[in-house]
Amino acid sequence: MWRGVVRPYLRRMTALDVRNLHKRYGEHVAVDDVSFTVEEGEIFGVIGPNGAGKTTTVESIAGLRTPDSGSISVLGFDPVRDRAEVRELLGVQLQESGFPDAIKVAEALELHGSFYRDPADWRELMELLDLGDKRDTQYKALSGGQKQRLSIALALVGNPRVAILDELTTGLDPQARRDTWSLIERVRDTGVTILLVTHFMDEAERLSDRIAVIDGGRVAAVDTPAGLIARSSAVQQVRFRVSRPLDKRVLTELPDVTGVEISDGRWLVTGRGQLLSSVAGALARAQVVAEDLRVDRRNLDDAFVAFTGRAPEYRNLSERRGER
Amino acid sequence: MSALLKLVKVETRLFLRDSATVVFGVLFPTGLLLGLGSIPALREPSPETGGLRSIDVWAPTALVFGMVMIAVQHIPAVIATYRERGILRRLSTTPAHPRSVLLAQMIVAFASVVVSAALMILLAWAVLDIAPPERPLQLAVAFVAGYAALLGIGMISAAVVRTSSAANQLGTLLFVALMFFGGAFLPRALMPEVLREAGEFIPPGLQALTSAWSAEAGQITATAGGQPFWLQIAIMAGIAVAASAVAAKLFRWE
Repeated sequence: MWRGVVRPYLRRMTALDVRNLHKRYGEHVAVDDVSFTVEEGEIFGVIGPNGAGKTTTVESIAGLRTPDSGSISVLGFDPVRDRAEVRELLGVQLQESGFPDAIKVAEALELHGSFYRDPADWRELMELLDLGDKRDTQYKALSGGQKQRLSIALALVGNPRVAILDELTTGLDPQARRDTWSLIERVRDTGVTILLVTHFMDEAERLSDRIAVIDGGRVAAVDTPAGLIARSSAVQQVRFRVSRPLDKRVLTELPDVTGVEISDGRWLVTGRGQLLSSVAGALARAQVVAEDLRVDRRNLDDAFVAFTGRAPEYRNLSERRGER
Repeated sequence: MSALLKLVKVETRLFLRDSATVVFGVLFPTGLLLGLGSIPALREPSPETGGLRSIDVWAPTALVFGMVMIAVQHIPAVIATYRERGILRRLSTTPAHPRSVLLAQMIVAFASVVVSAALMILLAWAVLDIAPPERPLQLAVAFVAGYAALLGIGMISAAVVRTSSAANQLGTLLFVALMFFGGAFLPRALMPEVLREAGEFIPPGLQALTSAWSAEAGQITATAGGQPFWLQIAIMAGIAVAASAVAAKLFRWE
């Protein structure tokens, strides 16, 4: 794709290193103590309730805010001290940032490309983001999804090595969201490190290699999506019917199982750890087929609740509808 | 540098797509002068004014109209919109400093009033037989200094307003106030002495523009205790510098 060069180094570098970031506005502490590192080539998700400090963290990385204390490194450069260098290496797609109404797609891309030392081919990007047939369309006439794609294209037009995408799919319909997700994966495949800030749990779960949960200006947890879910879900449940009678002890003896209930022929097994594979293995050894098998699958929403003590927030009802 | 050139190019296109501003800022001054010039009474030479017609004396006001329109209405509204929509914020995440978009705006705004003025002077001469500027160099200096002063005021307005609708309201207020001294409601020649004297300090400096265009007209509109031409220019330049400094101090990027 547009970054058609082989990296001259073999070892993965740290793309972003945020250490003990602290930022207050007057009396209000926006970010208390945030630390995380993002390896090159990763999609790193940042989730957290509104007001948790996500935006301030992202703005500090982008060099729009000067931290009160702590340090930030973008590929070894400080966003405030090495402002010029960081702006060449970092592409930013900000929440609530727009473009002049009358600017055309091709003009915006060409203009923003001209700001950088070594820009991407904006025509290629325009095709990649499926905006080719909108090249002469003014910004105000674009749909929500097209505006969002243009915004992503503009974050990538400088050929950045790290891209920050803040609330990427807010306001998009479900199909446009899925299209945007696969686009982000393609971008990552070209070697761009991505910091993804989102309040959509499904988005973070689907795209992120690792996720930081930020709450009250602090990092509550950093892990893979699966890791976060596993850590948050002490209790798991598996439900099924059995093809032939089975002794309850086959399952109660398993170390991961904490309880087995049977009612009306329906089995409910409660446990932790690798509960499903333990139960499946034991049933297979007993030559019993589990019918109508259901796993109460924990998802990132549950993990979010576990780490922050509140449900993920939605901006408005229409977004919630889009979510379903 | 190439980024600034590209910005000027794009901002020029955006300006041309904004048809209301093109019509009112660039074409309207000419239209206004031609419209007033079509009234026979204004084309009657009067012995009191040394044989000049009302339209000859009034012509510089049409010039002021375009300048004020662009500097205090158009520019602050665009900048407030750019701030409101996070366009300036977005730019500050790129290697281009948002300052360059303001600079590009001012370049485009200046070019547009030059076009507006040239069009008006040409058609005033061709259609209404209003003599072209007698002292073109002084007119150019008065024009640049006066416009810089106006733009300084426009930038203060752009710096302090929070929203684009506030920019429009403040712009309209400034427009009316400046156009009063610019002679749009009451020709300068008919103003009381005190207002005429005050007018010499009000951007863009109608008296300096009038006297550079036509010495005779300038004598009619001048005040007894009026400032000499170059002092008026210096006042405009001073206002431009002071206003720009205040605007730079107050300016908020977000």
